[in-house]
Amino acid sequence: MSKFKSIGLRALPFIVSYVVVLALMNLGVINDYIFSIIVTICVNIILAASLNLVTGFTGQFSLGHAGFMAVGAYTCALICIYLGPVIGDVPAFLLGMLAGATAAALIGALVGLPTLRLRGDYLAIATLGMAEIIRVIMLNLPITNGAAGLSGIPQVVDWNWAFLFTALTLIVLWNYIRSSQGRRAIAVREDEIAAEAIGVNTTATKVQAFTIGAFFAGIGGGLYASYFFLIKPDQFGFLRSIDILVIVVLGGLGSLSGTVIAAILLAIVSMLLAQFSDIRMIIYSLVLVLIMIFRPGGLMGSKEITDTVFGKVFRRGRSDKTEEAAA
Amino acid sequence: MSLLNVSKLTRNFGGLTAVFEASLHIDKGELIGLIGPNGAGKTTLFNVLTGVYPPSSGTIELTIDDKTTSLGGKAPHRICAAGVGRTFQNIRLFKDLTVLENVMIALQQNVPYNLFASLLHIPPYGASERRIREESQELLDLMGLGRKSDELARNLSYGEQRHLEIARALATRPSLLLLDEPAAGMNPAETAELTGLIAQLRRDFGLTVLLIEHDMSLVMKICERIYVLDHGIVIASGTPSEVRNNPKVIEAYLGEEAPSA
Repeated sequence: MSKFKSIGLRALPFIVSYVVVLALMNLGVINDYIFSIIVTICVNIILAASLNLVTGFTGQFSLGHAGFMAVGAYTCALICIYLGPVIGDVPAFLLGMLAGATAAALIGALVGLPTLRLRGDYLAIATLGMAEIIRVIMLNLPITNGAAGLSGIPQVVDWNWAFLFTALTLIVLWNYIRSSQGRRAIAVREDEIAAEAIGVNTTATKVQAFTIGAFFAGIGGGLYASYFFLIKPDQFGFLRSIDILVIVVLGGLGSLSGTVIAAILLAIVSMLLAQFSDIRMIIYSLVLVLIMIFRPGGLMGSKEITDTVFGKVFRRGRSDKTEEAAA
Repeated sequence: MSLLNVSKLTRNFGGLTAVFEASLHIDKGELIGLIGPNGAGKTTLFNVLTGVYPPSSGTIELTIDDKTTSLGGKAPHRICAAGVGRTFQNIRLFKDLTVLENVMIALQQNVPYNLFASLLHIPPYGASERRIREESQELLDLMGLGRKSDELARNLSYGEQRHLEIARALATRPSLLLLDEPAAGMNPAETAELTGLIAQLRRDFGLTVLLIEHDMSLVMKICERIYVLDHGIVIASGTPSEVRNNPKVIEAYLGEEAPSA
């Protein structure tokens, strides 16, 4: 009984956000512009949550997330463009998402095996280089249409799809972190030598987390490509990786709910500032600086929203804390 | 019956030889002490035994159930899987995780479930998690940390942190347990308690223990045999009383006697 209750509580924020957006769309409050921001938030949540797995939970500093996003975006776009007319847009989109995420995961594993032996700054530079290589390849391959990019991608993504993939990403990542594999990843972040000494294969653990992170970055890329129906190599440059990293750090390294909050917050700040286009980046940067001064560990630190007062209100009256944690 | 056989083990760091041709022999069930002045190479020896550093030369062989495996140059997690657990001189807990989680990570190597069960929380996730949790809790109870399981490891007292390190090492189900200064920083009462605990663990788990310790009262009291290391070389070995009266050991600790005029 208590198990179902706890699943219900965890599903609540998902259900509420789904219904609220749906209702506001039907009421006409959310126009196309606002909806495009909502999809951007979804894409950013997927990307930042998957980067958080690598950087926040496993402790591996990666600056190459845009590269995996690009792989997912281009793979999904190409499948949608070429297979869409044959098998229908929606099946092509789903196939594209799967193929894009798998391709990103494969490249993640391939890149992770040699580079994850590096640490800290060295790993950051190696992953940065990897993302640049992917971008340059996209810029030069005939099939990706060079600098002009791909256009006319069938726009399949609506709120249902955007919500579905965001929710799936968050649930799967949440599950992973609360599993023996996820604990191993956290052990690697905490102390690599101690982790090795108690039997954790640190290289395998890092590559696994990196691969899963790349997989979901591919999902984020596919979603992006399908909604914005136009992709160019320069959308997946260094700055994109930094944007994602900013969300992760701002939300808190090692906090999935922090990532969600930061992604939404930054999108709102950026939207409100759209009217002051001249000083927009100045204020945006100032907001980042101020948050980091007052919350150096990020908005949530490494805590989840369920660890806070908010979560305690929900849990009040529950007697068996251990079962809740086990479920 | 032989458990660990170390033969002519050497480890160099550049021009420095931290351990030189050290040979140790440990039988199953023994409790062996490793002593020596500061900088003698005791911890380096532990680090080579557990794979933190590969040996420059020499062999390490572990024999369990008549099966001998060579440990030299293997990765630490493989050496751990082969049956060697350890604690660290400068405590290395996962400080921001709870006491229970610290043990669970070590224990789960023996109760694995696949990645899909992890990602989707489908069976056998629930049952395995429960088992890992229960067994971890039992270990904590045994080490007297049962009521602290939900606390962060960093909030434990120094002595408790040392106990947790032992609990975590035990969770890997070792045949040979290496303890690096388990009593460092403990008061006499705590040390006495630890002494009893080590003896009890040895009995309950059928453990073989190799421990580095500066607290001579502990070493002399519980160790059956002692190896003495100085400048990376094993200078003496034997029962506590033999070692205590060995002139080389006295010299290593107190220096040479001034030549009488």
